[in-house]
Amino acid sequence: MLRFIKQNLETISGIEIFPLISLVIFVLFFVIMLVRVFKMKKTYVSEISDYPLNDSDDEEIFQQQN
Amino acid sequence: MEIEKFSYDNKIVKYFAYATIIWGITGMLVGLTIATQLAFPEFYNDYLGFSYLSFGRLRPLHTNAVIFAFVGNGIFTGVYYSLQRLLKARMWSDKLSYLNFWGWQFIIVCAVITLPMGMTSSKEYAELEWWIDILITIIWVAFGWNMFATILKRRVKHLYVAIWFYIGTFVAVAMLHIFNSIEIPVSFTKSYSAYAGVQDALVQWWYGHNAVAFFLTTPYLGLMYYFVPKAANRPVYSYRLSIIHFWALIFMYIWAGPHHLLYSSLPDWAQSLGVVFSIMLIAPSWGGMLNGLLTLRGAWDRVRDDVTLKFMVVALTCYGMATFEGPLLSLKSVNIISHFTDWTVAHVHVGGLGWNGMLTFGMLYWLFPKLFRTELYSKKMANQHFWIATLGIILYVIPIYIAGFVQGLMWQDFNPDGTLVNGEFVKTVTVLKPYYIFRSLGGLVYLIGAILMFYNLIKTAKQGNFLKDEPASAPALAKYDNKKESWHKRLEGKPVQFMIWSIVAVAIGGLVEIVPTLIVKSNIPTIASVKPYTPLELEGRDLYIREGCNNCHSQMIRPLRFETARYGEYSKAGEFVYDYPFLWGSKRTGPDLAREGGLRSHYWHFQHMIRPKEVTPGSIMPAYPWMKEDDLNTSLTAKKIKALKRLNVPYEEGFEDKAVADLQKQANGIAKALVTDMYNKLPKELQKGYNIDAEIGKLEKKEIIAIIAYLQRLGTDIKAEPKTDSK
Repeated sequence: MLRFIKQNLETISGIEIFPLISLVIFVLFFVIMLVRVFKMKKTYVSEISDYPLNDSDDEEIFQQQN
Repeated sequence: MEIEKFSYDNKIVKYFAYATIIWGITGMLVGLTIATQLAFPEFYNDYLGFSYLSFGRLRPLHTNAVIFAFVGNGIFTGVYYSLQRLLKARMWSDKLSYLNFWGWQFIIVCAVITLPMGMTSSKEYAELEWWIDILITIIWVAFGWNMFATILKRRVKHLYVAIWFYIGTFVAVAMLHIFNSIEIPVSFTKSYSAYAGVQDALVQWWYGHNAVAFFLTTPYLGLMYYFVPKAANRPVYSYRLSIIHFWALIFMYIWAGPHHLLYSSLPDWAQSLGVVFSIMLIAPSWGGMLNGLLTLRGAWDRVRDDVTLKFMVVALTCYGMATFEGPLLSLKSVNIISHFTDWTVAHVHVGGLGWNGMLTFGMLYWLFPKLFRTELYSKKMANQHFWIATLGIILYVIPIYIAGFVQGLMWQDFNPDGTLVNGEFVKTVTVLKPYYIFRSLGGLVYLIGAILMFYNLIKTAKQGNFLKDEPASAPALAKYDNKKESWHKRLEGKPVQFMIWSIVAVAIGGLVEIVPTLIVKSNIPTIASVKPYTPLELEGRDLYIREGCNNCHSQMIRPLRFETARYGEYSKAGEFVYDYPFLWGSKRTGPDLAREGGLRSHYWHFQHMIRPKEVTPGSIMPAYPWMKEDDLNTSLTAKKIKALKRLNVPYEEGFEDKAVADLQKQANGIAKALVTDMYNKLPKELQKGYNIDAEIGKLEKKEIIAIIAYLQRLGTDIKAEPKTDSK
């Protein structure tokens, strides 16, 4: 399998651009992630960060909520 | 909405918790053993000189036991506890849970048996042989399967950040393990890596670095995001930060592997890439550490009374120190000193003892009273453990840091006339003895703390009342329209998509590094004079691997003045094209051997393997007397040649059938030269009764001849003139 990959890659011209492309993907990924993270709603953020804390008395919590 | 009743499986958590304690103590004990071997080599050589106990075989056992048995079981303990609760669901399949448990313990037992026997692939933290690699894959998939199935049947909408870290861990470890373990089996006990030389080194350190990232770091960060809020009884400081932390960490970590190979024969672009990403890693690492520490904001007073929090604060502090130091070590100027010395050992122990150890202890002290529905047996004893463990870390790392600096600087010392101040390597070893003694003491203190914890937790378990299946209830997960939700919220709702994105994130860095090096021709200039090993040298090389010589001897001369002055011409990538696997090593407890061939006589090597201290006074190398006694096993030689031919090593057609004959011929030649030398060194009166031919006949079959053949071959392919004999 490995030999197969090797031989095919050798014929790719301009493989040098490979790292550059991935760097661009990398930067884009982070910019988009940062923008979206800071646009997240506060209510949601506080709801989910309470997840570890409300693992007991589920029934009670549920009944209180309804 | 209907409330569903179900139960959490606590028994599996208990099993893994006991396993992590028992294996932890075992792993530390092996660590203490090898630490004392360096401090008191005479004692081991004189009284405990068994092959199974020699340093080169036990060191991989220590690292594997601590990483995969102690931390591995620690991961499963925390994951099986927190996952069920964060998802409000029992594990999908109890059968898979217990397959995971017993399978993992079986693998560890296999490691405990095979590593001291010398069955090893020689690749660091991936030493286990091919069939154990397959077992690991199966058990890891069972764990992942169970985790994903549980995620899919969960009763909460979203996945808490700890679970992302578990998913990232599963995905990345699977990928790393499979790619690094591709090997061609020769027999049950032997295989050859599918990669050679530079490629093998790159794949190995891509793995080795990321084993630290995705086995010792990401799962423990997941545990941190669950257990620190639990113990502090308040939500994580910033959930937004945790999202950034997660994606940044898994995206960047995978790129940094080449920083383990600075100044080596690895192509320059790969080295630079490794350095850049290592520096960038400070950001997500510290983001995570601060997120953990700041979770305690307003609750710092509780750290005074709560032993779990104490352990976790020290764990996070050590994580911060290690992840700050790591990027510094990847700077080339720092790396010159740290690489191959004890500095690296100190660095990993800040991480291992501090981050993994302390977090595991903190988690266990919190978990046992919960599992056994009681109070901790002795808070006082737990507090004592905390101080003992902290003291142990300090006692361990400070001497070994100093040892690293001292040795690293001694190697570089030049006289005004341009010769090396410490031309004899052994001078830079004997000076380390006091540090090695103190380091052993530190390890002993840390181990005592762990034993104290074991006692405390067993007492806690005895006084408590274990609840096997903890009843719980939660509303069923209603179907909901997630189109209007934010992107990450949606992503969290879809674990499969989440997993795919994690794969993409880790795969990009991996591909960029691995793929171009697979194109051998453009990256590795071939050297015409480099030829494949002869069958005898190959067998010798396999003995070198069996004895774990690569744990203490590098075969990589960096292009630095003080290295070339000591060892000769620096190593070229093209020299390693037939090295399956590569044996560059990562630590020089003894000197580099890349140019060893031809420097000394066969006789010197023979004496040195049997009685290293008599040949090199002050040497801490273990003796290998069994190599003189045991016959070389040539039953696999033909198969080995065949396997290497499949990997494109250019042995001539049908060479496998002539291999053993070729081997015997070369062995006879070496034995002849060796015995003649022995004879000439004998006093006249003893020479009379000496039967040279009988001695040759006896010796030529022995293992020691093969290892001498290999050592005499090292670096000779491109060596013009041996430059110095200054080692």
